[in-house]
Amino acid sequence: MPLLEARDVYGGYGGMNILNGVNMTLEADQIGVIVGPNGAGKSTMLKAIFGLLVVTQGEILLRGEPIHNLPPHRLVQQGMGFVPQEHNVFPSLTVKENLQMGAFLKPGNVKRMLKQIYDFFPPLYDKRHQPAGELSGGQRQMVAMGRALMAEPSVLLLDEPTAGLSPLYMHEIFAQVKQVNSAGVGILMVEQNAKQALAIADKGFVLAAGQNRFTDTGAALLADPEVARSFLGG
Amino acid sequence: MSTQQQQGQHEHREDLVAAPSRFPLREVVLFAILMAAILGVYAAMGAAYSTRMLVEAACYAILALGLTIQWGYAGQFNAGVMGFVALGGYSAMAFSMPVNGEFWASPLSGELGMVVLMALGGVMVVVGASRLHHLGVPRRLRTGLAVALALLFYLLVSARLGVVTEQIESQFGYIGGLGLPPWLGWIVGGVLAGTVGYFIGKVCLGLRSDYLAIATLGIAEIIKAVLKNADWLTRGTATVSPLPWPVPGPAEVGFTLARALYFSVTAVMIVVIFFLLTRAYHAPWGRMIRAIRDNEISAAAMGKDINRRRLEIFVLGCILMGIGGATLGSFNGLFDPQGYLPLNHTFLVLVMVILGGPGNNLGTIFGAFAVYIIWVMSEPLALAVLELAITFGEGSFGWDAPTNLDSRALQARVFVIGLLISLVLRFAPKGLLPEKVKHHG
Amino acid sequence: MNELVFFFNYVVVAGSVTGSIYAIGAVGVTLVFSIMRFAHFAHADMMTFGAFTVLLLTTAFPGAGAALGLPTAVVMLPLAMLLTAALAVGIDKTFYKPLRAHGVKPIVMVIASLGVTLMLQGLIRLFAGTSGESLYVDDRKEIFRLALPFEGARAPIVVTEPQVILFVLTIVCVVGLHLFLSRSRLGKAMRAMSDNPDLARASGINTNLIVAVTWVIVGALAAIAGTLLSLDVTFKPDLSFFLLLPIFAAAIVGGVGHPYGAIAGGFVVGFAETLAVFNWSVLLRPFHDNLPEWLASADSLAFVGTEYKIVVPFVLLVAILVWRPTGIFKGKVI
Repeated sequence: MPLLEARDVYGGYGGMNILNGVNMTLEADQIGVIVGPNGAGKSTMLKAIFGLLVVTQGEILLRGEPIHNLPPHRLVQQGMGFVPQEHNVFPSLTVKENLQMGAFLKPGNVKRMLKQIYDFFPPLYDKRHQPAGELSGGQRQMVAMGRALMAEPSVLLLDEPTAGLSPLYMHEIFAQVKQVNSAGVGILMVEQNAKQALAIADKGFVLAAGQNRFTDTGAALLADPEVARSFLGG
Repeated sequence: MSTQQQQGQHEHREDLVAAPSRFPLREVVLFAILMAAILGVYAAMGAAYSTRMLVEAACYAILALGLTIQWGYAGQFNAGVMGFVALGGYSAMAFSMPVNGEFWASPLSGELGMVVLMALGGVMVVVGASRLHHLGVPRRLRTGLAVALALLFYLLVSARLGVVTEQIESQFGYIGGLGLPPWLGWIVGGVLAGTVGYFIGKVCLGLRSDYLAIATLGIAEIIKAVLKNADWLTRGTATVSPLPWPVPGPAEVGFTLARALYFSVTAVMIVVIFFLLTRAYHAPWGRMIRAIRDNEISAAAMGKDINRRRLEIFVLGCILMGIGGATLGSFNGLFDPQGYLPLNHTFLVLVMVILGGPGNNLGTIFGAFAVYIIWVMSEPLALAVLELAITFGEGSFGWDAPTNLDSRALQARVFVIGLLISLVLRFAPKGLLPEKVKHHG
Repeated sequence: MNELVFFFNYVVVAGSVTGSIYAIGAVGVTLVFSIMRFAHFAHADMMTFGAFTVLLLTTAFPGAGAALGLPTAVVMLPLAMLLTAALAVGIDKTFYKPLRAHGVKPIVMVIASLGVTLMLQGLIRLFAGTSGESLYVDDRKEIFRLALPFEGARAPIVVTEPQVILFVLTIVCVVGLHLFLSRSRLGKAMRAMSDNPDLARASGINTNLIVAVTWVIVGALAAIAGTLLSLDVTFKPDLSFFLLLPIFAAAIVGGVGHPYGAIAGGFVVGFAETLAVFNWSVLLRPFHDNLPEWLASADSLAFVGTEYKIVVPFVLLVAILVWRPTGIFKGKVI
């Protein structure tokens, strides 16, 4: 049974559909990457999975259970984590408090998880008593991912985790994504840095106009000349 | 962009052509019911009583139009209508009451003039000091200097004013009026209210919408406190009466006719205001106001000077409230600062607007008359219900029967108005006659 | 020297009393601001409700305090806090939640809270009337006179029992609130939701729960503030809008949505009010002979008369909105 499955999903804001039948399957332990031009519905798809917008048609399954249109806190309970692209930390809370908020529904294992997150993201340990709003962009991204991981999700949704970061940080974030994934967390992320992202992807989904254009392994998509020409900038 | 502008022009024409195409069933039915209610009141209570009610309702309709353009057109919530009403009432009183010749002949009038001059001089000095940075004075020093000077002048003037006004109060009661026709006071009442509105709006309109509500609530209580305590200006709790009318009074032509004449004056005012507002609503200015209300960010992106437009509409609303308050004040014939209550002069108007239809002038006028009739008629009803409650309360809880029944009945109405606001917001947020918003492709 | 004692009694003590009451009131207002993002106009009447509950309970069990050596009103306070908290949660469920679910603008919530405040006002005054009543039903207000060990200080420092209770309770409230917000899981979640409600939801924080917890705290604080106010003077059912303005001013001066700011703002407004109505001529009395005639002859040298007290918070409010709309502590909700 796939970890996460989307079947012919339609949805959007205020009666206007942005998604016009998207299909996706992600097995456990895989990294899935959604790429595509602006306005293709990449972030919208992620939000649809996380219950932040209404799915009007089709279904989304988590381990075979339908989850579309469930409220976010229920999804967190069922093992899904979400890291928005912007405003993804609580600026006035300290790093440690940010992480604690991630485990709001599972207060029992805060201690153990905190240790694990500090192992994943060593810079956070030194800054744990600083307000997250004072951190640099890359560190903030780590806090955001750490917060989502605190609930021990089986699948983590990342919305453009490297947006606005320097190339140096981008590689660091991708390395950390791989590390998180190798700890057994399925990853589905939207990325603008398509080439680098597909390089670490088990599965790639190229969206255009709210529909799948290409779906294959990351390596195969990178090798496909048509994908390269139309979507990866040659 | 250019196509959008073209669309805008087309849409304007559609407005004019399309408006009469729909038969206004809802409007006709509602106004028919209102008419029937008014006739019912006439039959039950007699012409003199009912005409008084109509005049008061008409004055409230002017207030409600003021509030509907602030809240309905622009989404600004004014929680201090009472203050602007009281300013209008004061102005009507101050202009129309006869001149107090004794006071003006006494040396005290000269002394009062000196205090006013001193205050003006102080303002000029302080304003001058606040500009000193143009002459190279460091900003901190300038601010400190201006604040210190302001405090000093404030203390000097208020000490002097205290002495002079105390003498005025003990010798003449108050300084009297100007002996001018009431309608002049009505206009100046509008100007006064508009001026206060300008300063409040200037401070609050660029900020969160809640701040305007807080500030207007505060200024209303302050205006009331000033009018109540400045006995030399208003006779305070001693009240001033009778205020002259712009039409022949009851003593000359009898209650019903005099009130009917007064009503025709207010009716003409409502028609004129209604006509002007409706034109403004459909004009580019009105569209801009609504664009700002509905989507501030995109309106700002289109290069519209949002704060200026907001200030214009807010001041306009306050002017109408001042005028309405002045007509109401003259009609009451009695200037009593303590008679201005948030319930009667702020929340009642609010209910009229949100029940009638914010942003819909016709709906607002309907709301004003309908709510006012219910309001007036509910007084005997509330007393009856209360009496029932008291008999029940005494029987079951051994509750002491309150002595001041009237004020308790008033509290019951406070509750009902609050409940009404809550119910309308929940179940009919657009009112009985909703604003007709056109959606363009 | 006596003049300084007078100053202490009439400014430092009185200012701290008013400041504490405004501070606790403003914290409630600012919490609603930070979680639900609207100015809650029903707060003053919630305070009155809390005090009225205390009055009713105290009248019902006038002897209860004697057993504990405290005024009965203080013994009844926890129960009143509970009832006011229940009222606050009930009001939210009945009147605010449906509007929130519709996603109305904050200003519509403001109007809704005005509707609520009118209903509360009507009900309270229907039963309580409009005249003042002492919360000291069966107890005696103790007055402590502390003689000063200085040469020439004949006048003692005067503090009343309710004032001592007030200072103790204010400190307990502030420390308790601080511990709650910085240590407890729910308190941190409240801060998180105030920072970023969407992310709080995405973190699995049940925002309905946080809203309910906020109302419990707001209601309890309102009961404390209302009771303290009534203990110090008398229970007055008709303060509503006169309380609302200084409390809002305090919340905005401190920085809206910032609980510590609200406490600071409360004391700023409280002291400003006290200083503004204080009669300074008393302090000038020792220098009477060396003063210019116009200053020496004035028997009242206050900035504003007590009848214009409400002008003070308003002026502060306008000043802060003009010069620093975010408040001293840089509020989150602008």
